[in-house]
Parts: sequence; C-alpha cells; structure tokens
Amino acid sequence: MTGSWFLDHLWLVPLLPFLGALLIALVLRPLTSPRVCSGAAIAAVSGSAVVGWGAAFAYFAHHTGETLVPWQTLWLAFTPSFAGNVGVIADDLSMLLVMVVTGVSLLVHIYSTGYLHGEGGYSRYFASLNLFTCSMLGLVLSVSILQIYVFWELVGVSSFLLIGYYWDKPSAVAACKKAFIVTRFADLGFLLGVLVLSAYAGGLDFAHLADPATIARLEGVTLLGTSALTLAAVLIYMGAAGKSAMFPLHIWLPDAMEGPTPVSALIHAATMVVAGVYLVARLFPIFSATPEGMTVVMVVGTFTSLFAAVIAVTQFDIKRVLAFSTLSQLGYMMLALGVARMESPLGYTASLFHLATHACFKALLFLGAGSVIHAVHTNDIREMGGLRRKMPITHATFLIACLAIAGVPGFSGFFSKDEILAAALHGGHPVVFSVALLVAGLTAFYMFRIYFMTFTGEPRDHHKFDHAHESPPSMWVPLAILAVPSVLLGFVPFGSFVYRGEVEHAGIDFAIAIPATLAGLAGIGLSALLYGRKSGAPAKVAASLGFVYRAIAAKFYFDEIYLFVTHRIIFRFVSAPLAWFDRRIVDGAMDLSAQASRLGGAYLRRMASGRLQTSLLLVSGGAGLLMLFLILAGQPLFIALSVAGYVAIAATVGRQIVLLLLGRTEPLKRITRD
Amino acid sequence: MHPGLEHYLILSALIFSFGVYGMLTRRNLVAMLLCVELVLNAAALNFVAFHRFLFEGDPAGTVFPILIIAVAAAEAAVALAIVIALFRHRRNLDVRAADTLRG
Repeated sequence: MTGSWFLDHLWLVPLLPFLGALLIALVLRPLTSPRVCSGAAIAAVSGSAVVGWGAAFAYFAHHTGETLVPWQTLWLAFTPSFAGNVGVIADDLSMLLVMVVTGVSLLVHIYSTGYLHGEGGYSRYFASLNLFTCSMLGLVLSVSILQIYVFWELVGVSSFLLIGYYWDKPSAVAACKKAFIVTRFADLGFLLGVLVLSAYAGGLDFAHLADPATIARLEGVTLLGTSALTLAAVLIYMGAAGKSAMFPLHIWLPDAMEGPTPVSALIHAATMVVAGVYLVARLFPIFSATPEGMTVVMVVGTFTSLFAAVIAVTQFDIKRVLAFSTLSQLGYMMLALGVARMESPLGYTASLFHLATHACFKALLFLGAGSVIHAVHTNDIREMGGLRRKMPITHATFLIACLAIAGVPGFSGFFSKDEILAAALHGGHPVVFSVALLVAGLTAFYMFRIYFMTFTGEPRDHHKFDHAHESPPSMWVPLAILAVPSVLLGFVPFGSFVYRGEVEHAGIDFAIAIPATLAGLAGIGLSALLYGRKSGAPAKVAASLGFVYRAIAAKFYFDEIYLFVTHRIIFRFVSAPLAWFDRRIVDGAMDLSAQASRLGGAYLRRMASGRLQTSLLLVSGGAGLLMLFLILAGQPLFIALSVAGYVAIAATVGRQIVLLLLGRTEPLKRITRD
Repeated sequence: MHPGLEHYLILSALIFSFGVYGMLTRRNLVAMLLCVELVLNAAALNFVAFHRFLFEGDPAGTVFPILIIAVAAAEAAVALAIVIALFRHRRNLDVRAADTLRG
C-alpha cells in the first residue's frame, strides 16, 4: 500500500487502453458509428491519463527516489529461482514516461478526430491507436526485462498497423514493412542481449538486474573474449538503436512518415522512438558498469545527431525534415546517456529532461505540420508559403515549438539542451560537446527553414493557398495545450525529480549557455537570411556544393546501399541457397518419405486382392514364417532374412535419393489415389 | 497289429492337409466349409490320440474335442447363414466373384 489510490491502481493505466482497443475492434466497430468508436478510445485514454498523472503526482510528491512495485505477479517460472514477473513499476523513470505517453496520446487521440474526420478505416485507426497506447504504457511500466521485451514487440506491431493505415497506398505498405523488418532485425540483438544478461545474472527482474551485487558479479564474467556485461549491453543497445532509429538502423523512420501525421506525432516523435532511450536509462546501472558499452552509446548517438541534422537541411517534405530532426534529437538523448556514469549522472537527468521537452515540442511540431498538411493537402514545403495569415493558431504554436527546439533562452529546449551540453563537457568529452553545439546550430537552421518556407513570404502555390483554412478546434486545441509545456517545462527543477546517484548542480552555466544560444541564434539568422525573403540564394548555395549537396539530399545513399546489400548480396548469396536447401533437401526429404510409403503401398496393395483364398494363403504363409521365426531365432538364416529386409528398405530409399538428385521426384501434391 | 500313436498322427495330418488343400482350391463356398470341418476334426483327432496314448486321465484330452465340436456347430450355423445371404445376393457361390474387399 502506498497511500495513494492512483499508485495502488497503477495497473489500470495500461489496462484501460487495452480494453478500449478490444471493445472497439470486437463490439463497437461492427455495431456502432465511427463517432462512438473514437469516443470510446478517447474515454479509455482519458481514464488512463487520469490514473497515470494522479499516480505520477502522488509519486513525485511523496516517494521521489524510491522504487515501488504496486502490483506484480509471477508469469513464467523457468525454474523456481529464474522467473519472469509481470507487473507495474513506479519510479521516477516510469512515472515520467507515463506522464509523457498518456498526455501526448490523449492529445493525439483528440487531434485525430479532426484530422481523420470522414476517412475510411476511422474506427480501425482508433482501435490501433489504443492498442499502441496500451503497449507503450506496458513497456514503460515493466518490472522485468522479459515483460519489456513482450511489450517492445507489441509496440512494433501496433506501429506497423498504424504506419500501414493507408494500406491501399503501395508506399505506405512498403514503409510499414520496412519499419517492422528493420526494428525486428534489431530486436534479434535485443533478445540475444536479454538471454546473455539474464543467464549470467540469474534473473529477469530489474530489481535483481540493477542490484550492485549482481553487477559486481557480472563484471568478472568473460564471454567470447569480452566481458559478458559489455556484450549484453551492446546487444541490448542494438535493440534500443533499432527502435530509436540510431545510425545505421535509422532508415525506417523517415519512411514511417507515410502513416497519418498524428501517428507520426505520437509514435515517431514522442513515445515509441524514445523506447530505446528508455531502455538504456532503465538499464543504466548495467550500462554504467561497462565503459565500452557506454562509449558505443555515446559515439552512435553523437554521430546520428550530426548525420541526421545534416540530411534534414536538404529535405523538402515537411514531415521528413521533422523525422530527421527526431533522429537528431534522439541522438542527442543517447549521447547524453553515453557520457553519464553512476559517478557523474548529470547526463542521465539531462537525457530524460530532453526526452520530456522533446516529446512536447516535437509532438507539437508534428501536429502543427499535420494541421498544415490538412489545410493544403501537400507535404512539400516548396508548395506552401504565407500560411501565417490563413492559419494564425497553427502558426503561433509552430513558432513556439521551433523556438523551443532551436534552444532559444526561456523555452524548454534551451534548458534541456544546456544540460546535455553541460553533461558532455563535464564528462570530459570536448569532441562530443563541439558536435552537439554544431548540431544545435543546424537544428535551429533547418527548423526555421521550414518555418519560413511554410508560414512566411508569398504563397508559392496560389490554388492551394486559396483553399487553406485554419483547422477545426479538435485540432488546434491540442496544439495550444502542447504549446504550454513547450515553453514552461524548462522551468521545472527536473534534476530533483529524475536522477540516479548523487544529484549534481544543474543550474545555468553561462560558459555553456552562451555558446549554445549563439549557435541557435546563428542558425536562425542564417535561415532568415536564406529563406526569410524570396531569393535565389538557397539554390545558388546548393549548386555551389554540387555533389556534396546531392549526396546529402539523397540521404547519403543509405537506402540504395541497403537495397544493394539486401537484393544483390543477401538475396543472392544467402536467401537463394537457403531456398534451394528448403526446396530440395527439406521438401525433398518429405517427398522421399511420402513416395517411399506410396511405392511400398503400391506393392502391398497387390496382395489385397479381395479373394478369400489368396488371403487364406497369406495367412498360412504368415503362420509358416512365424514358425520359422520361433525355430530359427538367432540362427544365421533368420539373420540373413532380416538383413535382406533392411537391404530392401535401403534400396527403396536409395532409389528415391537418386531420383531426387536427378530432379525427377514427383512433388508431394501430385500424389493422388488412382 | 494295433495302431500306435504315429498312425493316428499321420491320419490326422492327412485329414488336415486335405482340409487346407480343399480350402485353398475349391471355389464353392459350401465345399470350403466342408474343408474347414475337416481341419477342425483333424485337430480334435490329435487331442483324442494324445489323450489315449500319453495323457490318459487328463480331462483336457476329452474336454477339448467336445469344445471343438461345439465351436464347429456354432461356426457352421454362422457360416451357413452367410452362405445363404451371399447366395441370395449374388445367385451363385463362387468365392472368386466375392472380391468386394479388394484393395
């Protein structure tokens, strides 16, 4: 008992959206109207949000720093000492994520009623959205690594369903398959990591895994020439990198923008893609004990943040710019985790701080972009322009989000980025610090590039401009609500709520804040210079960069490289031999046994002539053989007879194998009774 | 000269062989049934012969022939019923024609 009704009933948080999804899919969708379905979905998520926020407030008010498990039960007992529990955990990390997920999910549900109004599959969409919310909440509340793995896959499935919402569009189908396969491939590493970690740690619960005694014991174990801890951390990080779209597994996220825009806001900006960050944060004591693993996290995160920011500068699809921006910001969170240690945990707090602020302003950016797309029916910023006058609320909220992500002082992004930069510098990583500073400038540049191209200047496509209009209240109210934390969240003393180890001083360090602010302002200024007025300057810059620009615009040809590797190398040199093996050897063995039986049957059925006297002769012959057996058991003649029987069987099988190798076997399906 | 055990056994083996030969060669179902009776009686004769020469006083030697006679009577009743049913159905008793159970 924790003294709070909300904390005691924390299990309701994932359960309500699950029941909502079931109810909509099985009962409401076939029987009632779409409006009832969306109403039920919103009610389920609202209930979940009320319990979740209530629990979070109760936790941060009375239990900060503790780890509570309000409910758990034994699920899979592999052995009595090695068992996987399911339950709900309440600590700073899970409570933070519950607030983010339920909050953004509720707003996205409301927004979707406007965005998808009148579209086919409306009820299916809300069922999937509820299922996703349930999976994500189950993931963040997991008490064991086994539970997190299960919900991890559920999140993948519901993401697949939602990216493929426009299933009649081939590009959406390709995108949802791509997202599923790439993340599934990464999850292979996660599963192996779970196996290695749990096998050596002797348990699956986080309470056991994060125990200093367990980690101390693990540090001594070596496996495959490295420490088991490092191996497990790197393998688990592979899964985290897949979900969080870290380089080189980033390729699915830009394509996932084929889904409806609210889905992009919920899944591919605020919740699912931060699951990787959450996983590393959840296993922070383990990662912290392996410097090599942390270096991998840091290097991959830093590289992804720069890599994606550079690509974002060249894209013209508003959602793709935001997708690459998300990649870049996720890299930021990862690098912050990578520079943190149990002894210097500022990066941990900074990463989760940025996770929270990013969830607000990036969801706001996506929903704002969705509002724009809803109005002009295009994703291409070259066909927009001047929308400020037509869509004042969208414009204002989008500007707030841009200022927040650019790190302008006073907005939330400024505080969280400042903390990440401070963590990098104080952690002794000046290179990471400089890259992060550069990325901060680039972020401001490309965000204001889309801002200027979308909202200011003269309309480029008058036909589309004339049809544009402000979105309905169901869409602009969530924008307005999200704008509030995008500004104010930075003033929350985050470090005293979410931390590991000793709380460090996390105030404003002007040696860091001033360069960071200058980088952001320089980005905005450059952007205003290039895109603020109508000019040929951007085209000239692009032309002068030549091949470099084309390579960046083509996302460094990574899709092409992946296609080459899969089609030309994996399909030809791995899949084709495997297919041959499957068809010739596996199916061949089945055909062999089937045809051997059939051949034997064909001989045997000649004996069953139906004639009474033939049967009688065979019975007599059998009796004679039986007598022979009784008299000759152990005798050379009997042994010779047995050997002859085996030789006959071997000869039949051999004949079939020869036929098989000659390719003359009949496929199974052609065997019919004649 | 009194006949010994071997004479009875030889006679029994001959009757048994005639019976089996007849079962395998005769086409008429009634004839086959007669041959079955021969086989059964050859076995009964064996019992009696062994009882008389080797196990005098053992009741099995007398009980089993009586049992065989009873079984033969029951078998004849059932088999004749089948024969009549078959004849009604097919209007002949050639076993070669009754091959419905062919595989």
